Amino acid sequence: MKLGVLFSGGKDSLFACWKAMQKEEVACLITVVSRNPESYMFHTPNIRLAALQAEAAGLPLVEVETEGEKETELQDLERALLAAREQFGIEGVVTGAILSVYQATRVQRVCRELGLWCFNPLWNVDQETYMEELIDAGFAVIIAGVFSAPFDESWLGREIDHRTLDDLRTVARKHRITLTGEGGELETFVVDAPFFSRRIAITEASKAYRNYNGVFRIERAELVAK
Amino acid sequence: MILVVDLCYRDRSLSRDEFVAPVERLLGRIGASFTTRHYTTVDAPEVAAADAVVLCGTALRDTGFAGHPGRFEWLLAFERPVLGISSGMRALAAAFGGGTEPCCEIGMADIRVLAPDPLFAGKETFPAYELHECAMRVPGEFIPLAASDRCLQAIRHRSLPLYGTLFHPEVRNEWVIERFLQLVETVQ
Repeated sequence: MKLGVLFSGGKDSLFACWKAMQKEEVACLITVVSRNPESYMFHTPNIRLAALQAEAAGLPLVEVETEGEKETELQDLERALLAAREQFGIEGVVTGAILSVYQATRVQRVCRELGLWCFNPLWNVDQETYMEELIDAGFAVIIAGVFSAPFDESWLGREIDHRTLDDLRTVARKHRITLTGEGGELETFVVDAPFFSRRIAITEASKAYRNYNGVFRIERAELVAK
Repeated sequence: MILVVDLCYRDRSLSRDEFVAPVERLLGRIGASFTTRHYTTVDAPEVAAADAVVLCGTALRDTGFAGHPGRFEWLLAFERPVLGISSGMRALAAAFGGGTEPCCEIGMADIRVLAPDPLFAGKETFPAYELHECAMRVPGEFIPLAASDRCLQAIRHRSLPLYGTLFHPEVRNEWVIERFLQLVETVQ
């Protein structure tokens, strides 16, 4: 089955993509770029670098822009999925939804409207197991945004290795947040994945942080040999 | 031993992690021993060895299982506890002659309990996760246990511990599966 992966550049969508590649044919990545930093559906830090990730993965990218208004986001999603179907003949969509019924439900509804299958291979996943598997499988993931206490500026740009995961566990336990950050507490950016032919090297980046809200903005990046 | 049956479009499919693995994880957490088989590979010795069966759900567009009613005929003679989840409820109801009617629900819905039963004891209403295109008509030997505003949400056989839920209890209502396992212990 030809599938398009709804893709944010973060760990969940790329891990879901990797899962999908093991079972079906991933024909393209699909990105909805929101101009609204408060977007309900589509997160924003470094989303413009999706093209670089798609190139690393050797997959075409379908990119659609949205104003990021709560209700029109769905029409933008529909537009993106239609474009992917027209250009690449996708029969289904893959998402990285884990726990968010809100997110999963909306994608399910749009897929139904368009007659597309919908796959959520991380749905209800055990978050401990998932995070371990992510690291062990060779994904290199950095923290690209923090949006909740107690994350201070030092978290921005940190790679999620086993040590960072230990620190995240402590935070998750103490502050009752999800280990994966799916509640919007943090955003991630994937610089390498098992299916990337080259990895992303960040050559210039800046941090903007204030009061438990911050982004690690990648100003310049390039693909380098692994 | 619980027999978990995967109803997805093929064995080891991309949907397995979404519809079967969450049930397996829950059973594992509770400490129940289980084995999982795709519905096309369930055989008589496994059915004979099972203390109970959980029939898992499928993706919205995944109705291939409904085209193979013969694969579920063994349910008619099983007589031990069965929990059919969403598509699993459809397979269970179909085995007993229950038909379907269009009723699409996606997302959270409020469930009202209609009849007293150990599975829903102490609950009058609760929110549940829905993902289905069809609702079931109650087969003759079953009674309705719960409903949403739109359609029937749970059924039970009149005299046997055979249950179906149209909603997905493995999402936000794990207590339903925990109670089902308590029933399994009671029956044993």
